[in-house]
Amino acid sequence: MSWLWANLDLVLRLTAEHAVLAGIPIVVGFAASLPLGWLASRSRVARGILLTAFNVVYTIPALALFVVLPGVLGTRILDPLNVVVALTLYAMAMMLRGAVDAFGSVSGDVLASATAQGFSGAGRFWTVQLPLAGPVLLANLRVVSVSTVSLLSVAALVGSGGLGYLFTNGYQRYFVDEIVIGIVFTVLLALVFDAILVLAGRVLLPWARRRIATPRAVVEGRAA
Amino acid sequence: MSFFLDAFAFILDPANWAGDVGIGARLARHLALTGVSVLLAAVVAVPLGLLIGHTGRGRAAVIGITGAARALPTFGVLILFVLLGIQFGQGLSEGPVIAVLVILAIPPLLAGAYAGVEAVDDVTVDAARAQGMTEWQLLTRVELPLALPLLAGGLRSATLQVVATATIAAYVAQGGLGRYLIEGIQTRDYVRAVIGAILVALLALLLDGILAVVQRLVTPRGVSRGATRTTGTTARRPSRSSGATRAPVTEG
Repeated sequence: MSWLWANLDLVLRLTAEHAVLAGIPIVVGFAASLPLGWLASRSRVARGILLTAFNVVYTIPALALFVVLPGVLGTRILDPLNVVVALTLYAMAMMLRGAVDAFGSVSGDVLASATAQGFSGAGRFWTVQLPLAGPVLLANLRVVSVSTVSLLSVAALVGSGGLGYLFTNGYQRYFVDEIVIGIVFTVLLALVFDAILVLAGRVLLPWARRRIATPRAVVEGRAA
Repeated sequence: MSFFLDAFAFILDPANWAGDVGIGARLARHLALTGVSVLLAAVVAVPLGLLIGHTGRGRAAVIGITGAARALPTFGVLILFVLLGIQFGQGLSEGPVIAVLVILAIPPLLAGAYAGVEAVDDVTVDAARAQGMTEWQLLTRVELPLALPLLAGGLRSATLQVVATATIAAYVAQGGLGRYLIEGIQTRDYVRAVIGAILVALLALLLDGILAVVQRLVTPRGVSRGATRTTGTTARRPSRSSGATRAPVTEG
């Protein structure tokens, strides 16, 4: 514990860095997967192509993706952008399946009623389909958020893993306390992100207090 | 792009496959680590998951365990175990690494087994009981076959996690294809890192492909027909724990 007080500045700086490097992929991945998920829920062909493509990316282990991306993007190998892009792709892969489930969970009868009431395509999406898909989207986003925060620490091996630095540094110094503190702060950050999402859900989806069926991602998730 | 050509040239040269630190030995080690860990995890997780799915007890525990496991940074836990192993005199042995891989593989297998049994329709379970099946027959002849697709999904997910984590384990242990990545990064030899990345990615894709075929093969015909019809509506499947119709049968 004394190590934590002596190095509080470092730990807080790494926590902030971790929050940014994990936060961007979560937000961008979520935003990007909404239109793709909507498209995939409507067209069988689009669903096949998108799910297959993202499943291939998702299957590639994180460290391999971190290393291959510089060759594809033309970035330096230690550029944090590689990590952000890789985590965004993983977030999209996880979220896409969730979004297809979420949009598919909206009853066809409800959509037909909305059309009969005179909603246009876009109006129906924003005011009927998206809010009704909200609870399932949120459940999946929570899985994406927690997985992304814990996965980021692997990026310490390519120099930008936020709190993951404490793991590589602690290993080089054979110092258990530093590693334990890294784990504790990573878990705490994941809990904070989760609390923010739950709170956002309460505010944005006040009608969705009923229990949501376990999202499919519960069986999947991603650790490395 | 020349990195990739150089990396492929290295991989395709048979001379690089031989020897103690050749591709062949490292691939074998990676597969052995993965196989042992997933097998050990399955021995623990599958019976437990089936039991939880069958009895409906411990549902909250499964969800809690899978959620908590997801929040733990695997990389940190891996290093923690290896350091503790060294402190308790194990040296740089494989034990702590396998322990972490097993712990990591348990949640997806547990969730797959449990979710598979839970997804079996209440009506089917009641029909099996009405036919006079014992609980054991119900589990082994009805619930298990119907649970196989989701169980295989859990196996697929667990294998994927373990292959990926065995890769980063090369940072703290010998062997495995991850060594190329770690060596490449540490010596700033980008081609070597890309060699590792390509090999690890191919291994993961190959194993995932094989397990996807297995998943399809173990799916009972009726289930797959039903699944294509209800694609995207899994969230609406009634939860078994709410099946009030089932309670009197159990008590009677």
